[in-house]
Amino acid sequence: MKEALLQVTDLHASIAGREILRGVDLTVNAGEVHAVMGPNGSGKSTLAHVLAGRPGYEVTAGKVLYKGQDLLAMTPELRAREGVFLAFQYPVEIPGVSNVYFLKAAVNAVRKHRGLPEYDAMEFLALVKQKAKLVEIDEDLVKRPVNEGFSGGEKKRNEIFQMALLEPSLAILDETDSGLDIDALRVVAGGVNQLRSPERSMLVVTHYQRLLNYIVPDFLHVLIDGRIARSGGKELALELEDKGYAWLEKEPPAVAAAR
Amino acid sequence: MIEAAVVEKGFSPEPLETAAAAPWLAALRRAAFARFEELGFPTPHDEDWRSTGVQPITGTPWIRAPRDPEFRFLPTAGVRVRPLSQALAEAEPQLARIAGFSHDAFTALNTASFEDAAVLEILPGAVVSQPIEIVLRSPDAGRPEVRHPRVLILAGERSQASIVQTFTGEGRSFTNAVTEIALGPGAILEHTLLQRESVAACHVHTLAARQARGSRFTSHNVSLGAALARTNLHVALEAEGAECALYGLFVGRGSQHLDTHTTIDHASPRCVSRELYKGILDGAARGVFHGKILVRKDAQKTDAVQTNRNLLLSRHALVNSTPALEILADDVKCKHGSTTGQLDALALFYLRSRGIGEDAARALLTWAFAADVAERIPVPSVRAEVERELGRLLPGAPIEVSA
Repeated sequence: MKEALLQVTDLHASIAGREILRGVDLTVNAGEVHAVMGPNGSGKSTLAHVLAGRPGYEVTAGKVLYKGQDLLAMTPELRAREGVFLAFQYPVEIPGVSNVYFLKAAVNAVRKHRGLPEYDAMEFLALVKQKAKLVEIDEDLVKRPVNEGFSGGEKKRNEIFQMALLEPSLAILDETDSGLDIDALRVVAGGVNQLRSPERSMLVVTHYQRLLNYIVPDFLHVLIDGRIARSGGKELALELEDKGYAWLEKEPPAVAAAR
Repeated sequence: MIEAAVVEKGFSPEPLETAAAAPWLAALRRAAFARFEELGFPTPHDEDWRSTGVQPITGTPWIRAPRDPEFRFLPTAGVRVRPLSQALAEAEPQLARIAGFSHDAFTALNTASFEDAAVLEILPGAVVSQPIEIVLRSPDAGRPEVRHPRVLILAGERSQASIVQTFTGEGRSFTNAVTEIALGPGAILEHTLLQRESVAACHVHTLAARQARGSRFTSHNVSLGAALARTNLHVALEAEGAECALYGLFVGRGSQHLDTHTTIDHASPRCVSRELYKGILDGAARGVFHGKILVRKDAQKTDAVQTNRNLLLSRHALVNSTPALEILADDVKCKHGSTTGQLDALALFYLRSRGIGEDAARALLTWAFAADVAERIPVPSVRAEVERELGRLLPGAPIEVSA
């Protein structure tokens, strides 16, 4: 039997004593792209951050298995080294740290963990050149301090660029479309699509259906009030666009929401 | 029961008996010592010394070092360096007039006590491309020694130069230094001050600059050493169009106490000042930043920006940050900001979410905080030295006590 890459079971999580996730069940197999949609405040971003290990979120119940291991017991850096990647909704500006220095440190930390030799400066620059092309990121941005003074589009591109460099097994995209105009969205989505592969699963968190025109998911889940209210194929997105979230909010929680 | 009377022997300076080279100088020294005796050492009741106690200085029986620290200069074209005794005429209009001693006991004591001053002249119109180095070193004498180094820098009209002044030493010493700088009209001067005395040392240094019309003064002040360090930086923008930029970084660990007081005196219209000071405090270290900007009544069109940011790496570290703006003119642009806090939690998570370990992420963010100032140091060898020192001092490195 094929083992799921990610198996989330009855996940409850709180922040500052307020319960945001109230029993999420979700299974993602290798190579699948899952979209998570939902209204504001439904817990989409919380789910993304809990999976990446952001401090401050308290998991009160449930479990998460990633490659058969207890994901919640791992530090954020260990998750990253094991192949979990979170593309931030609001990438953080870090003045004084050059993007290229940061990325080399990150890539080498991951490689070391995987038992691979660390890249030297020359090898890394060659890799940067190759991956920069993929996401159409300006090589000048690579030399500047991390995200400092980047436009919204540049920041999101930088996230996808990092994803290309780190080659995760599970990429979580948190509202990657927010704040992007249609051209920037097309470029970012193009980068993501190039990174789709049978070895890479994705969890695409979004508020708007429009991103899913560019990144077409295999499965879609609707998160409402901290629970998955409905799961389906990509046609569910169109139904949502048509009817909004209200029709789901009125229905009782779906039983056995996962496929 | 027998009570043992313990007599605490402290620091009681005496006037220096020398044959003064000129009557004005002898009079100046006498006046300075008299003023020192009137003022006495500062106490916590002195407004300027509320956050810094001088007990480590007053409670130690400092012995006058046989010589003031040696100045090391590399001879450079366009630069003349002479002892005060040979440059009396040039020094008289400036000495003790840039760094006045009427309100400052340490400056008064230095003025009364320095053995000889170094007078460094950058000749008018000279463009000196090589940095001019002044190294003041306090070697370990095996006993507590005090020194009163004195430097007068005269940057001639339209001269351009870069000066690096380093304080270094070993063992238990007290350096009570005064540096005065006069920038002539249109002079451009970069001054890099590197304080890396022994962690057992006491260090008081007043650096005062006066700027003539259209001159530009840039100061880089890096304070890393000493158990107790107090640096006073006074810049007087005395004529129209003068500009100054003050960048500072202090890094304290263990029980170090690092205090910087800056004063920018906008005394003329249309002058510009920029100031950025950063502090990193670890262990039980304490930092003090007091930044005064005075805009006098006639200093219209003043443009002043002051920023102080402090990073606390430990729960026991502390910083006192006091911006003090006194604005007497009405048509001015003045801005100041001060923040003190810990490493940004979200930035830390961002780095960790990319696979960088927590300790490495902390070190990287701390380094970046300091690099903002360190990277501006214009002399590559000094910048490299500061970066090396930071690598040693910032978390990950053990504290080195050379007491």
